[in-house]
Amino acid sequence: MTTLKATAPPVGPDPSAAFADATASESALRRFLHGLPGVDQVGAEQRAAALGTRSIKTTAKAFALDLAIRMVDLTTLEGMDTHGKVKALCAKAMHPDPTDPGCPSTAAVCVYPDMVATAKKALGSSEVHVAAVATAFPSGRAALDIKLADTADAVEAGADEIDMVIDRGAFLSGRYLEVFEEILAVRAACARPDGGHAHLKVIFETGELQTYDNVRRASWLAMMAGAHFIKTSTGKVQPAATLPVTMIMLEAVRDFREATGQMVGVKPAGGIRHSKDAIKYLVTVNEIAGEDWLDPDWFRFGASTLLNDLLMQRSRMRTGHYSGPDYVTLD
Amino acid sequence: MSARLDVKKTYKLYIDGEFPRSESGRSYVVADAKGGFLANASQASRKDARDAVRAARSAFGGWSGRTAYNRGQVVYRIAEVLESRRDQFEAELRSSEGVTPAKARTFVDAAIDRLVWYAGWADKIAQVVGGANPVAGPYFNHSAPEPSGVIAIIAPAGPLLGLVSVVAPVIACGNTCVVIASEPHPLTAITLAEVMATSDLPGGVVNVLTGSVAEIAPWLASHSDVNGIDLTGVNDPDLGRTLEEAAAENLKRVRRPGLEDLLATPALDRMTKFLETKTVWHPMGL
Repeated sequence: MTTLKATAPPVGPDPSAAFADATASESALRRFLHGLPGVDQVGAEQRAAALGTRSIKTTAKAFALDLAIRMVDLTTLEGMDTHGKVKALCAKAMHPDPTDPGCPSTAAVCVYPDMVATAKKALGSSEVHVAAVATAFPSGRAALDIKLADTADAVEAGADEIDMVIDRGAFLSGRYLEVFEEILAVRAACARPDGGHAHLKVIFETGELQTYDNVRRASWLAMMAGAHFIKTSTGKVQPAATLPVTMIMLEAVRDFREATGQMVGVKPAGGIRHSKDAIKYLVTVNEIAGEDWLDPDWFRFGASTLLNDLLMQRSRMRTGHYSGPDYVTLD
Repeated sequence: MSARLDVKKTYKLYIDGEFPRSESGRSYVVADAKGGFLANASQASRKDARDAVRAARSAFGGWSGRTAYNRGQVVYRIAEVLESRRDQFEAELRSSEGVTPAKARTFVDAAIDRLVWYAGWADKIAQVVGGANPVAGPYFNHSAPEPSGVIAIIAPAGPLLGLVSVVAPVIACGNTCVVIASEPHPLTAITLAEVMATSDLPGGVVNVLTGSVAEIAPWLASHSDVNGIDLTGVNDPDLGRTLEEAAAENLKRVRRPGLEDLLATPALDRMTKFLETKTVWHPMGL
């Protein structure tokens, strides 16, 4: 396994060199991660709750709604997904509100690897990306070579972004180096033959990580391994994304940029259903990480029902009267 | 021993089976018949109306999917619970409207009887207004009335009987509703909501808002997720006209009667206005 690091082709800027000492051995890595300052649980929850009370109105709200739509990774991750459903989802991602040409498209659609080719074809030349969940999503319980094959398969099919899950079992039992090297290996598998690479999002499944300290450690671990995005959850485990967890991850990417100069994106996923919640997240992004992250390249929402609520709110602001679920698609 | 302090009641809204305060945090003073202070009631905002519509919409599937017989039982249950709390309602009517004890008893009796009347109609209206149609072909052809969806109601001034008269027909037929209670007399409406909350009526089927009709009603009239609006309680002709225009935007069913005698036996149109007739052709033979 340790040889993987040496053979990994350069996939984007590699921060692991900057942390060569910290990631040299299991004990060094543990020392580094456990040396990160602890999270004050009460303080973090209070801060997140306080940020959630901001009132965003009129033009600021209109801006926030459009930005949130542009940040949505429109997701369908069901066992019952069909090619038809994925095509319909792609159509919706490109033109979320067909009645309004001014409505922006979403950032990406997020599907299982076997649906990537379908999605890619449906999206054609539009700017909407295709994200694929790989590495035995959502449990992550498979052998490494299967996870790598899963990833390579999705990249080959044309995925622009890969959402991988970490091995929570290894993480929770303290085998940090194993998790680290697995991320490196998957990152290497994201390389394309033409020299480009798919963006790598690393899912922590924060609902299984038990403590905020672990969220902070996982964030640093993934960023040191070169993740382009860190993502809260698969959406299959409750609790999924919460505001305090996202806030801690935003603190981590902010601190990481201070330390290395590199920006890493954040993606909360699961459980964000209402526009009001989305706006709370945007306020938190602005206050914790800063304005630079208020961009679909650096912040995403993993969601499916959220988009409908954003569209209904948008329609309410545009027409002056409330819209209803009869006027948006059922997905 | 010191004198016991009064336990003053806070009258709140009734949305989705719960009793929240207004999202806006506002309240207004409700006067008794002599103009003195009676209580504070919540002053609902357009966002409370929006939440109420959302609750009514999510309750619609379950409520309209119940058998008509079962809906009748639930409406009858409201009458039963109301009967057991009649003293409280008579007292509230006397203090808020200043009516005589005999008159208050008449109104409560009428309200209970009205509920029983509509409870009986729940599983009979389909036979009366629906039917089998003779057609020139080898088909069975049936017409059956179906509930429209979410109905917004502006309740008339008679606080108990008025509310029952407009709500009972709508829910007995399988619709769900958002009601704006009488502005000057909202208290019995909220007490009636307490009765509904404890009588097997699923949360969200009836949602009661208190506050300014002129403020809230236009938002309900223009709301795209509201399927019908009952303007019984609108006395201002200008407001009524504005509401009708707003309701036309998404082709809502509008009921705007003139002055009605609430004590008289009601016409069936309170029910049929918010029913849609579905006609089905079915091949016969084989």
